[in-house]
Amino acid sequence: MSNNNSEYLISRKNNQYEIVIGLEVHAQVTSQSKLFSTSATKFGAEPNTQVSLVDAAFPGMLPIINEFCVKQAIKTGIGLNAKINKRSVFDRKNYFYADLPQGYQISQFKNPIVGEGKVILDMPDGQKEVGIERLHLEQDAGKSIHDLDPQNTFVDLNRSGVALMEIVSKPDLRSPDEVNIYIKKLRSIMRYLGTCDGNMQEGSLRADVNVSVRLKGSKELGTRCEIKNVNSIKFMQMAIEYEANRQVDLIEEGKTIDQETRLFDTKKNETRSMRSKEDAHDYRYFPDPDLLPLEVSDSFVEKLKSEIPELPDEKKKRFIEKFNLSPYEATILVSDIETSKYFEDVIKNSDIKLATNWIIGELFAVLNDKNLEIIQSPISAKNLSKLINLIKDGTISGKIAKTIFELMMDGDKDPQKIVEEKGLKQESNPKAIEEIIAKVIKDNPNKVKEYKSGKDKLFGFFVGQVMKISGGKANPQLVNEILKKNL
Amino acid sequence: MSDITKKSLSELVKDIKDKKLSSEEVTKAFIERSEKSKELNVYITEDYASALDKAKKFDQKPNLDLKLPGIPMAVKDLFCTKDIKTTAGSKILSNFVPTYESTVTQNIWNEGAILLGKLNCDEFAMGSSNETSFFGNVQNPIDKNLVPGGSSGGSASAVAAQLTPITIGTDTGGSIRQPASFTGTVGLKPTYGSCSRYGIVAFASSLDQAGPMAQNVKDCALLQEVISTFDSKDSTSIDFKRNDYSKKLTNNIKGKKIGIPKEYRIDDMPKEIEELWQNGIQYVKDCGAEIIDISLPHTSYALPTYYIVAPAEASSNLARYDGVKYGFRAKGENLIDMYEKTRSEGFGAEVQRRIMIGTYVLSSGYYDAYYLKAQKVRKLIKNDFDEVYKKVDAILTPSTPSSAFKIGEKKDDPVSMYLNDIFTVPVNLAGLPGISIPAGHDVKGYPLGLQIIGKAFDEQNILNIAYAMEEKIAFKNKITDWWIK
Repeated sequence: MSNNNSEYLISRKNNQYEIVIGLEVHAQVTSQSKLFSTSATKFGAEPNTQVSLVDAAFPGMLPIINEFCVKQAIKTGIGLNAKINKRSVFDRKNYFYADLPQGYQISQFKNPIVGEGKVILDMPDGQKEVGIERLHLEQDAGKSIHDLDPQNTFVDLNRSGVALMEIVSKPDLRSPDEVNIYIKKLRSIMRYLGTCDGNMQEGSLRADVNVSVRLKGSKELGTRCEIKNVNSIKFMQMAIEYEANRQVDLIEEGKTIDQETRLFDTKKNETRSMRSKEDAHDYRYFPDPDLLPLEVSDSFVEKLKSEIPELPDEKKKRFIEKFNLSPYEATILVSDIETSKYFEDVIKNSDIKLATNWIIGELFAVLNDKNLEIIQSPISAKNLSKLINLIKDGTISGKIAKTIFELMMDGDKDPQKIVEEKGLKQESNPKAIEEIIAKVIKDNPNKVKEYKSGKDKLFGFFVGQVMKISGGKANPQLVNEILKKNL
Repeated sequence: MSDITKKSLSELVKDIKDKKLSSEEVTKAFIERSEKSKELNVYITEDYASALDKAKKFDQKPNLDLKLPGIPMAVKDLFCTKDIKTTAGSKILSNFVPTYESTVTQNIWNEGAILLGKLNCDEFAMGSSNETSFFGNVQNPIDKNLVPGGSSGGSASAVAAQLTPITIGTDTGGSIRQPASFTGTVGLKPTYGSCSRYGIVAFASSLDQAGPMAQNVKDCALLQEVISTFDSKDSTSIDFKRNDYSKKLTNNIKGKKIGIPKEYRIDDMPKEIEELWQNGIQYVKDCGAEIIDISLPHTSYALPTYYIVAPAEASSNLARYDGVKYGFRAKGENLIDMYEKTRSEGFGAEVQRRIMIGTYVLSSGYYDAYYLKAQKVRKLIKNDFDEVYKKVDAILTPSTPSSAFKIGEKKDDPVSMYLNDIFTVPVNLAGLPGISIPAGHDVKGYPLGLQIIGKAFDEQNILNIAYAMEEKIAFKNKITDWWIK
């Protein structure tokens, strides 16, 4: 499906290489409590204040599945157009680490809760489908803190046992750009569903990136390297570019690529070997005997399906069909659930075309400039809607509107009030405009003569003069009409 | 005083309810006898002072509606008890004091019982002779230097020696029934899911089950009805209708169909075990039950299956004892070194052996050949039982292939030790209830037990059969108090 024009290739001498990327995204489930305990999951709490006996793996403590987390995972599966497995199994992944109190992570290995699905990416040159291999539920580990003391490592178990969804893509991604759009799309879908807040700064969304390269046109997959735990899109893109080039260089030098796990060093912008395939952990997966297989009924899944809100792809379709938006405009407006809500709030009482332009144009410029999310917008949907109505009914001109827009940002001011206070109401009284026009004609006899002798371009000069005298408030349409008549 | 400790639980409950005895008198009597019985080494932790306090408090405001009013009781040291050291018989937990109470013990205290102390057991319940305990051997009151069986060896000895009127153990492959058989006491392993595993130090999660150990069947039934509750804190707890087992207890087993599995007639089985079994068959016949020959064809695979499944689960369950959070920690150069030293010094040889076996059978490349295959065989063993339960109501077998052996006799021969569980292990693999009752003596005068295996959730039925047989057998334990100077 991908368009050849945007193909991302690495060139060396006579060879062109294609990158093959698959992602394992770890998305923290939005939930008040952990996957198998009732501890809170709030971000940024004091270390070890959200830890139960279960999370700290005290003797005789047993995990109890959190039904809400199961629902969240199924909802996400539905959002990814994926198969929901009626029966799934929790397994133990065994390894020793100081921040893994049980000595194993409860995960799903052979029988995940969600099977194959797909995600549609809106690329600049069309759509691309990315396959989802599976989604499974698992526990997060705690956090080891190595830099507080020269001798000791500290362990914070607040995160221990928090529910994660691991979403594994098929190796369908071909460029850092596609990775960017894929992650954003996943994030968008989960935010629509309310199943993951997608906050990368807080670690709610992280990914292991599998990268391999192959000669353009080859059907074989190359040997892949897995770059562990990358926590921003920018770093993912940097890591992929570095890693792909490293692999291409090895091939060009006639060397082989070792299948291994690597780490991305964000300071040096390079990936480094963490462990080779030979040193890979033997996790000794086996079904957790403390938990029964997880079985969900058809009606349980159907009920969740009925609770799924309109998702970005459907919303985009509706925006295009119902509101006559361009695919470009629709894609932007649905990309984030809060943006789409803002847009739909604005157009409840105002003109769609104007609202689209104002949001994508002026408002986004401001948000970008100030580095704000739409929910932090200095102008509320209600007041933007009022502003648009003032334009639409001719109370103010588009030009004046821009001035008012600036003023509104100071404390989300009501545009109506600004118009009244500053006297910015558009002059739409023909008599008043005629008076100004008469004055302009009288003051510029030479220009009038030139205009009448055929210099049509001077019309703009007269409009400008009238607007200048009116302080920009004269209704431009009326000015045009009357000028044409009186000149 | 000594008369008090000779009484059964049911008698003590009656005497306290009739105000013939106070909780303090009863508690004092058991403490005094326990104090004189240190040579048996049944206690890991004694809590006598606090027990007396609680008994006095009980007497001040006695609630006689409870099922275990003011009854003192020691419990296996595998049950977590709030603010009381809980060691699981291991060095690695030798300093561990839980801040929480297991559901089973909580149920017991809720019915008015009072904790006397924590009883010795094999380390992490891994053993059949109580010789793997970090806290030393337990003596069987039957004879000096005789093992009490295991893993609930301290519990069995304590009941047999009348240091506690009743107790609880745990049974993963026979750890209640085998020591009950070795000490001439009654031990019930309930259906898997009957008693909550919450707060019990885990050995093998899919097999572990707590159960009562008593001097007679009626006491056993009473404690079972106290400890068996549905518990939402254990995902494998099952919500089924539980009986008042002691109230519904009857010796009328007329017309019950009792299966005799031919596969339990193993090679080299001592003649006295065979005789014991035949006697048992005669007793149930005398009670009006019908004997039916049955076959459980996969029986011979049970022991190898068990010794794959149980160590596999144990190797993972015991990973949490790493010196990081609680319990024993050895000094190490770095994290890995600390792990290695802590676990090498903290776990005994048998526990290490099972962790190694378990780790091996779960390793990639071996998983399918061992663990997965064992799970399939486990299913076949369960199917065997399902099949015969279409024809019979219960199954009668010997509890163990021999009577108790001498301390040290099998210590260096793990396979011979494991063979002790040959009749009990299939019951755990199938998740069924099984009870061992004392049924006779061997030539040395050591007790021998018979096992009655029931359908899942049918504890009442096997308790009734045991009750009826008990009456016929009229077993008398030969205990001389040899350890009391």
